[in-house]
Amino acid sequence: MSSVWKYVAYSGVIAISVVAPWALPAYQTQLAFLWVMVLLALTWDLVGGQMGYTSFGNIVFFGLGMYVTAVVQRNMHFGIEEYVHVAGAVETLTPQEYITGLFVGLGASGIAGVVLAGILGACLLATGMRGQYFGICTLGLGIAAGELASGWEYIGAGSGLVTPVFPEGLGQRGLFFYYIFFLLTLMLFLTLGWLYSGHFGLAINAIRDDEDKAEAMGIHTTRYKIIAWCLSAFFLSVAGGGVGHLVGFIDPTEVAFAGATFGVWMILMAILGGKGTLWGPVIGAVIFHFTQELFWTYLFGWQRVVMGAFIVGIVVFFPRGIMGWAGDRWPERFGHRTTG
Amino acid sequence: MSDSLLEVDGVTKRFGGVVANDNISLLVPEGGIVGLIGPNGSGKTTLFSSIVGYHPVDSGTIRFGGREITKLRVPQIARMGLLRTFQQTRIYREMTGVQNMQISVSQSSLSLRQMFSKSPPDVIERADHLLSFVGLFSKRNLLAGDLSFGQQKLLEFAMALMNEPKLLLLDEPTAGINPTLINGLIDRLLRSNAELGITLLVIEHNMRAIMRLAKHIYCLAHGQLLTAGTPDEIQNDPRVIDAYLGGS
Repeated sequence: MSSVWKYVAYSGVIAISVVAPWALPAYQTQLAFLWVMVLLALTWDLVGGQMGYTSFGNIVFFGLGMYVTAVVQRNMHFGIEEYVHVAGAVETLTPQEYITGLFVGLGASGIAGVVLAGILGACLLATGMRGQYFGICTLGLGIAAGELASGWEYIGAGSGLVTPVFPEGLGQRGLFFYYIFFLLTLMLFLTLGWLYSGHFGLAINAIRDDEDKAEAMGIHTTRYKIIAWCLSAFFLSVAGGGVGHLVGFIDPTEVAFAGATFGVWMILMAILGGKGTLWGPVIGAVIFHFTQELFWTYLFGWQRVVMGAFIVGIVVFFPRGIMGWAGDRWPERFGHRTTG
Repeated sequence: MSDSLLEVDGVTKRFGGVVANDNISLLVPEGGIVGLIGPNGSGKTTLFSSIVGYHPVDSGTIRFGGREITKLRVPQIARMGLLRTFQQTRIYREMTGVQNMQISVSQSSLSLRQMFSKSPPDVIERADHLLSFVGLFSKRNLLAGDLSFGQQKLLEFAMALMNEPKLLLLDEPTAGINPTLINGLIDRLLRSNAELGITLLVIEHNMRAIMRLAKHIYCLAHGQLLTAGTPDEIQNDPRVIDAYLGGS
């Protein structure tokens, strides 16, 4: 694709994205979630696709961000005791208070995500855990996090945590969060695009293809692995913080550490679109989100069965994803060249 | 002794009850080409792995460029300029030839900014140059995994050169390569030694190849150092012939 067409296409996507919530006001929340899905798929693919470390526990960072943002905002404006017991309904915040609390909370959740990823990275990645062992270990982390949150009174334990009521002066909640997620995803996409085109991208691809060889060539494998993992955790935590406020209620296992839904979906979306590519997770997330909404709307009652069949179909017919399939079919345009 | 780039002194490596390397000592002079031969299972690759830090040795020391590296780990040793290639060729399969080369630049002098930016033009230029050197320039945009085995071996060799090592440990560079290509490969190995100044330590089963390459040869058998000498001495040593043909 020539660079002119590339810019036209990019501007088109951005223009549609900016206008979409105004054109479809009834679907603002769903559209906001569309960006969340894209973000989930992209953050998963950074470590799971580009670096080849299949993680089943990225949901940990999502839930962590959700709780950190909510707790920071709560502690800034309310007494903990009164808040927990009347579940947030003490008083509504002014728009100013809400915004300050939210953004301080999102910042804190980003930092918390990076710190946790650093610690986990030092325990798992720096010690050389790989392959299935890494996958199973992260799966355990996701489940453990949900259990811990369910038993901790300070964050509402099993009965969850209600986030502050969205103040009236800020317009519609869906619209507000739509733009937050849109900007966050755009930032993530540009960051990844930049990283994948340089030495960093080659290094994590090398780790994916043959980590022993990468070590034998002197590549700082541990450094790259932890940076990738922290970067993924940062965006995931901030997104989690936003989702908690958009949903309005944080349940420890159904919303925050929702391994069976968001935790699995982020992997599926990346695989559907084509893992290890920049556009694959984006395309996968869009298709998945629309399909899922359609199933829930038109096949209600059977939606989980159909979703299961859809997932099987993805894995069987598109093992390398849409981008992988397109690359095989039109190698000149989407994939590598087959002749010199 | 001070002109030795690599000094292996009394290295012993056991795997459970099996002694894979028993008190092995060898010297690789700066700028030289040294051969390492021996029948299958004689401990050549184990010695390579010990030298590059892949596993800890049970006793003995390894010095590289005057500095002890016995306890260092693989990436640290690699960044000092001591590199190995693998018997089972290892390249980055899902990346193109050029990308394989780009990521193989020496990592020791890489600044934080370079870790996150695109490869500078001189890196691409050198990658193209080395790919033509091994005859893979026309295949540089193919995925490395789609290359034939022989081509992958050449790519791995080019990747090693890209790293600009001081010492290169080659594990059977001619295995699986057709006889016509072998001559070309030996020429390139000699040229990398003469023109790029890379010291070579080569494991080889192809006797004709190693006799052409090396000026000094060590022969292992059953984990022990059997003998060492010039190619002529080795060729005429009855113990070497016995070891290979199972006489003793």
